[in-house]
This record gives sequence, structure tokens and C-alpha cells, in this order.
Amino acid sequence: MMTSIAPRRATRAARDGTPDSHGFATRPYDLVKEFVVALIVVTLLTVGLAAAFSSPDEKAVTMRDWASAAPNDVVATAAGELAGTTKSAGFGPPYNTAANGGSLGPLKLQKWAGVTIPLDSAQDLVLTPLAGVTDNSKLTDALAAWQSAAADQQTQWATDYSDALAKAPDGDPAGVATGDYGPVPAIAAGFLTFAQTGGLEGALTSSGNFYGGDQTKSLLLLADGAYLEDQARARNLGGDQWGMTNETGNYPGQPWMWLYTFWYQVPPFSTSDNADALVWGLMMLLTLGLVLVPFIPGLRSIPRWIPVHRLIWRDYYREHPRR
Amino acid sequence: MTAVDTGQPPVATPTSWTARLRDRISHIVPPGQALPDRQPAYMSSWIYVFGVLTLAALFVVIATGALLALGGVTWWHVSSLGRFVNSLHLWSVELFFAFMVVHLWGMFWMAAWRGNRALTWMTGVVAFLGSIGTAFTGYLSQANFASQWISTQAKDGLNSVGIGAFFNVLNPAQMLLWHVMLLPLVLGVIVVLHVVLVRRHGIVPPVDAHEETAS
Repeated sequence: MMTSIAPRRATRAARDGTPDSHGFATRPYDLVKEFVVALIVVTLLTVGLAAAFSSPDEKAVTMRDWASAAPNDVVATAAGELAGTTKSAGFGPPYNTAANGGSLGPLKLQKWAGVTIPLDSAQDLVLTPLAGVTDNSKLTDALAAWQSAAADQQTQWATDYSDALAKAPDGDPAGVATGDYGPVPAIAAGFLTFAQTGGLEGALTSSGNFYGGDQTKSLLLLADGAYLEDQARARNLGGDQWGMTNETGNYPGQPWMWLYTFWYQVPPFSTSDNADALVWGLMMLLTLGLVLVPFIPGLRSIPRWIPVHRLIWRDYYREHPRR
Repeated sequence: MTAVDTGQPPVATPTSWTARLRDRISHIVPPGQALPDRQPAYMSSWIYVFGVLTLAALFVVIATGALLALGGVTWWHVSSLGRFVNSLHLWSVELFFAFMVVHLWGMFWMAAWRGNRALTWMTGVVAFLGSIGTAFTGYLSQANFASQWISTQAKDGLNSVGIGAFFNVLNPAQMLLWHVMLLPLVLGVIVVLHVVLVRRHGIVPPVDAHEETAS
């Protein structure tokens, strides 16, 4: 039932000419009932979808899993950490000063934020965890030889071994060409053995704290290897596979991230070393635009130019033909 | 000296903090506008349902999240009941976003910011962004393969603009607290503000509509 009622208070049009909503005919409308019905419907839908489709839960990759499935990758990663050639070693802030990182034109935001989570990849991800291993004399000797060598020598050994591993068939340490790699092969082999025993995770995360809730080191190490990415790409989760919107298993994932991940698929972002900062900058700009739509000439007129509103309010427009 | 109850409504001193707060509140949403039992007749479209569906879904998201919190981070990995509760939480979030996106597009095509409703639009968009952040930290708090992959990828983007220096996605303990405490609190405040603004200004009239003569 529709009735026309007297406005409850004096009505006035806004500056943009939109009349006060209280100056219009009204009809009964039960807001509370609408909400309760909506709540029941959403609850039932949720229960139905959960019962029918459950939820994805692929187990986290452990260091032992990694060492078992891709031992050569573990060895290559350990050698890379010692050589300072891994992603974390060359990342820059907030972990180290090896690079400036991303920038938006003259704005070096990554650099300006500073090194707030200091990390020495060789020391923190390989040498310190191995320092606790006491039942491997070959490893203990290798670590001692490493520590007593000059920094240049250390880098030379590790770089040469990394390069040799990259040239070996399947990256197999057994197939590495003969060379002067110092104690690096023994350290990398000891690292693999330690990972295989399952002790590496604890050594990485505890950091002297019994509770160890911070996984920064173990995640950085895992991401420095190729195994994690290989697993992700096999599940279509790679950055250039629209991975940000995808989910493990056959689930909807995060479709609301479509625009953010879209930019990574197209040039210049898909070919830029600075893509992360550029995409973030663009998304911040677009987001600001979305927030400020009511104030942006042209943008705020799109709904008037493309009259979807005629469909939404078709009942009103039918009863109130344009004057 | 105490006031005598004369049966008349109490008259507070106009300068008292209580009276000022009451006046302020009644000016924000005048009496009768908070929960009116009538609405403008032009409010006749399915698009209006998506706002209340979004709000209802948010309630279900919070309720299922609270249930999940009872068992802790690892519970749902080892318990079939926990897994079901996690599924409830996941699907309520998917529904929440689906409803919210339809609501957002609907409000765009209605140019719902007209008539001094810009702040209503802006709080709605901020609520959308806050929801994305909350969902993101939820993915990071799952303690599974998805958390590992998403966190190690997300760190690159967040670090590239300096955010990662303070918001460490590789620290699940920090992310969990953001997910269950900080972001829901902020999001809750924004949503309340959004709903209050909707009630304050009423439902936006159709484009080019003219006020009707009261009879």
C-alpha cells in the first residue's frame, strides 16, 4: 500500500538539486524483518555451501618435505644464501641494504621505510641454524673453515659452487665439476641433512624465543628456493597465472582482487622490475579515485550518461514520466 | 537537594554534557529516522536487498570467526568439526563479498552520493577496502600452504611501498592479531558509521526526481 504523507520536517534540496527523501510518498517497510530474513537466508546459504563444498586446506610445506622432494634445490638455496645471490640476500629494506627496492618516481618508499627486520641471509638462514648441530664433525670443521676465511674468499667459494651447481645435471651436487669450493659443499650438504631430520624449522623460528610465533626467516628461506614456487605454479597460483585471485583446490578464491592482479598480466607492469611498486601506486591512485567519485567531474556523471538507474527505478519512472 | 519526580520528562540543563551529547545524537539521526517503519515508495528494487544482505553476511562472518577462534589456529586442521566451522567462515566471507560488490555497483549506478551523501559513499568504499585487508590477513592466518605462498608473494608488493617494514606478512602471529582484533574493530566502526549515515540522510531519490506535494 502506497500513501502520500506529510513530510516530518521541512524538506530542502541539496546543492546538487537532489530533493530530500522525506518529501516523497512512502509505503510500509519493515526494516527489522528484512534484516532477520536476510540473516536467516545468509546463514542457511552458508551452512549449505559449507556442507556441500567444505574448504581448502593443503598442508604447509615443511623443510623436511622440501628436503625430501627437492634435495638439490635445498643445496642450491644454501649455497646461494652463502654467496649472497638469493632473493632475500639482495632484497633491500626491510631486511638489508643490498638494494633500494621499489620506488614510485622519486619516492623511494621502500628505502625510506628502513631496515626494520634486519636479516643476514647467510648468517641467519644457514650458518646460525647449523651452529647448533653437534653430531656432524665434517660440518663442524666446514663451519670453522668458513668462519676463519676472509669475506672475499667466502663469497668466491660460494659463488663458484652456486655456478657449478647450476651447470650440473639436475643441479645434483654429485655431478658438480671439480673446483675450489672450500667448505661450501660440506656446509650445503650438512644443511640438507639438517633439513631432512626436521630440525631446521625449529632452529629458524625459535631464535632464542621458546614460543617462536614469527616465521619470517623460515618463509624467506622457503621462498628463496624454487620448490615453493613450483608447487604454487602447479596449482595455478603464480603471479602471471592470476594467482592472487585463485585458491588451492577448486574454490572461488579472492575474485575481489581481480583488478590488482590484472595489472601484473599486462605491460609495462608484466615486464618491469619495479612492477610491485608501480602496481601498488596505480591501485592506490585508483582507490583514491573510487573513494572520491562524488567529487570528480565526469566520473560522477557516468551513472547519468549510462542510465542503469532507469532500470533500478523503473517503477518510479513509469509512474512519474519525465516532465 | 534532590529533584522531585513530578511525572514530567526531566529537563536537563542545556549546558550539561549529557544534554549536549543527547542533542548531538538526536541531530545525527533524528527520532524516527533510525528505524522508520515506512520508506519512500521509490525504494522498490531488488538492488536494495544487497545492502542488508551484506550486513547480514558480516554478522555471519563475525559469528563463524568467533567460533573458529574458540579452537585456536591449528584446531581446524585436525578436527572435522573445526574444518566445518572453517568452511562456514570461508563461505560466509565469499557471500559477504559477493553481496557487497553488487551493493557497491548498485550504489554507483544510482549515483547514491547525491544529496549530501558523499560521506556515505566514502565510508562504504573504505569498508570495502577494510574488508579486503581483513580477508587478506585471514588467508595469512590459515597456517597452511596457501598462507605460505600468499605471504611470500604479498611481501614483495607491501615492501615495495614501505608498508612491509611495519606490517610483516611473514609473521603469522602479527597477522592473526590484525585479523581477529584490529581490522574487525576498525571495520566495525566504519560499518556502523556507514549505516548511521544511511539512516541520517534516508534513501537517495531517483535521478532527476522531483519532490512530491504532500497531501
